[in-house]
Amino acid sequence: METYSFLRAFADSWMLLVLFLFFVGVIFWAVRPGSNKTHRDTANIPFRNEDKPAASKEARP
Amino acid sequence: MLNYIKLIALGLITLFAMIAASYARDLAYQVHAILIMAVSAGLFLWTLRNTDEPVPAAVLETSYMDGVIRYGVVATAFWGVVGFLAGTFIAFQLAFPALNFDWAQGYANFGRLRPLHTSAVIFAFGGNALIATSFYVVQRTSAARLWGGNTAWFVFWGYNLFIVLAATGYLLGATQSKEYAEPEWYIDLWLTIVWLAYLAVFLGTIIKRKEPHIYVANWFFLSFIVTVAMLHVFNNLSIPVSVFGSKSVQVFAGVQDAMVQWWYGHNAVGFFLTAGFLGMMYYFVPKQAERPVFSYKLSIIHFWALIFLYIWAGPHHLHYTALPDWASTLGMVFSIVLWMPSWGGMINGLMTLSGAWDKLRTDPVIRMMVISLGFYGMSTFEGPMMSIRAVNSLSHYTDWTIGHVHSGALGWNGMITFGALYFLVPKLWNRQRLYSLSMVSWHFWLATIGIILYAASMWVTGIMEGLMWREVDANGFLVNSFADTVSAKFPMYVVRALGGVMYLAGALIMCYNLWMTVKRSPAKDAVASSAAVAAE
Repeated sequence: METYSFLRAFADSWMLLVLFLFFVGVIFWAVRPGSNKTHRDTANIPFRNEDKPAASKEARP
Repeated sequence: MLNYIKLIALGLITLFAMIAASYARDLAYQVHAILIMAVSAGLFLWTLRNTDEPVPAAVLETSYMDGVIRYGVVATAFWGVVGFLAGTFIAFQLAFPALNFDWAQGYANFGRLRPLHTSAVIFAFGGNALIATSFYVVQRTSAARLWGGNTAWFVFWGYNLFIVLAATGYLLGATQSKEYAEPEWYIDLWLTIVWLAYLAVFLGTIIKRKEPHIYVANWFFLSFIVTVAMLHVFNNLSIPVSVFGSKSVQVFAGVQDAMVQWWYGHNAVGFFLTAGFLGMMYYFVPKQAERPVFSYKLSIIHFWALIFLYIWAGPHHLHYTALPDWASTLGMVFSIVLWMPSWGGMINGLMTLSGAWDKLRTDPVIRMMVISLGFYGMSTFEGPMMSIRAVNSLSHYTDWTIGHVHSGALGWNGMITFGALYFLVPKLWNRQRLYSLSMVSWHFWLATIGIILYAASMWVTGIMEGLMWREVDANGFLVNSFADTVSAKFPMYVVRALGGVMYLAGALIMCYNLWMTVKRSPAKDAVASSAAVAAE
C-alpha cells in the first residue's frame, strides 16, 4: 500500500481510537473520586505567593 | 567569558549585515540588513562597555522578575494603539478610496497597510500581551522566579524586533502572501529562535515550580507556545531565492499549500488568540473576582477538548475548493463540535462570578472581562455556524467573515487584554489603585459600542453582498456586477470606520489612564514599595 493510503487508513482507525480513548480517560481522570480536594487546592493557587516566590519546596502554607 | 562569545557573534552578525546591505537584491532586504546592522553594532558596543565590569550579585530567587513584564505592558498598549489606528485608517480607505494617496502609492495603499494592521493587532498587541501576562502568571502560579535570567529580556526585545522587521517589510513589499504569515524567510527564522527561547523560559519556570500542581492557565499558555512553534515552522517551509534577497518559494504547492496555510491560519486563531487568551482568562478573572474558578474539573476538560478539536478545524476555510470533500467535511464537523468546549469555557469563566455578581456594578474592570467572555461566546457560536458548508456558501468572501473576526478579536481578545492591563499596571508599579475608574467606564462603553457598530454593519453588508452575488434573473443571468456590490456597501463601510474610531478612542483613554496611574496614583505603602525596590 502506498504511504498516503496507509497513513489515511491508520489515521481514521487506530489513531482515532487512541485519541478518543485518551480523551475519555482525561474526563474520567478529571472527575475521579477523591479529586475534589486536589482541585480545590489547585484552583486556589492564584491567591498564594502573589508578591514573591515561595521559599521552600512546598509552597502551600 | 560569555561576553567574549557574545562579542564575536555580534561582530560577525554586524559584518554579515553590512555585506548583505550592499549586495541586497531588493529594498526591503536592504533596509532590514541596515536595521540588523545597527541593532547588532549597538549591542556590540553595549556588551563591550560592560565586559570585565564587576558582575552584579547572583540573581535573587527571592523576588519575581517583573521588569520585563512592565516593558511588555507598555509595548502592548503602544502596539495596540498603532494597530487600531492602522485598522481605522484602512477602514476609511475602503469607504473613501481617495485616501490611497497618490504620493504614497506602493507603500501606504490598502494592500500594503492591511497586513500591517492584522500583524500589529494580532502579533504585536496580542503577542506582547501574551508574553507579558504569561510571564506574570507563570511566576505567580509556580511560586518561582522566571527561569533563564536575561533570556526573558531576549524574548521581549527579540519578539519586538521581529515585529519591526515584519511591519517595515510589508510597507516595502516583502511578503510571502500567506495570510497572517506574511513575513519572509529570514524574519521567520528569527521568530523561530525567539520562540524557542520563549518556550525554554516558560517551561523552565514550570519545571522549577514550588507548587505541586501546574495551574490550568499554564496549561493553556504552554499549549499556545508549543502549537504556535509547530504551526510557524511548517507553514513557513520555504527556500530563499537568494541569501541576499527577501523573496522565497514555498515548499508545498497547490491545494497542499492551501491546506497547510489554513491549518496554520485557523490554529493561529485557535491557539494564539484562543488558548493563550484563555490562559489570561483563567488567571485574571478569578483574581479580579477574588474567588477561585467556578469548576476546576470543567477547566481540565475544557483544555483537553479545546486542543483536541481546534487542530482539525482548518479545512473549513477551503469549502468549495480543490480540497477533497472529506477533508472539508472533517473541518466542518470538528468546528461544530468545538462549540461545546468553547461554551464550557465561557460558562466556567462567567460562573466564577457567581456570588460576586454585584461587582459588575462597582468594578468596571470586571465588567470588561465579563463582556470579553460574552463576545467569546458569541463569536464561538457564530464561527461554527459559518463553517457549515451551506452557510459558508453565503458568507465566504464577504464582509461577514471580517465582522466575525472582529467580534472575536476586538471583543474577546481586546477586552480581556484591557482587563488584564488594568489589573497589572497598579500591581507592577506598586500603586494602590487605578487613576480613574470612570475613565475605565468610558473605555468600556466606547469599545463596546464601537464593536457593536462594527459587527452589525459587517453583518448587514456581508449578507447583502453574498445575496447580491448569487442573485440571478429568470434566465439564469447574474443580476449584479461586482461594482454594484461595492457601491451598495458604502454606508456600512462608514459605520464600520466610525466603530473603529470609537474603539481607538477608548484605547487612547486607557493609555492616558494607565500613564496617570503610574505617575499620580498613590503608592501602595512606603514599606512595601521600598522593599520591592530593594528586591529588584
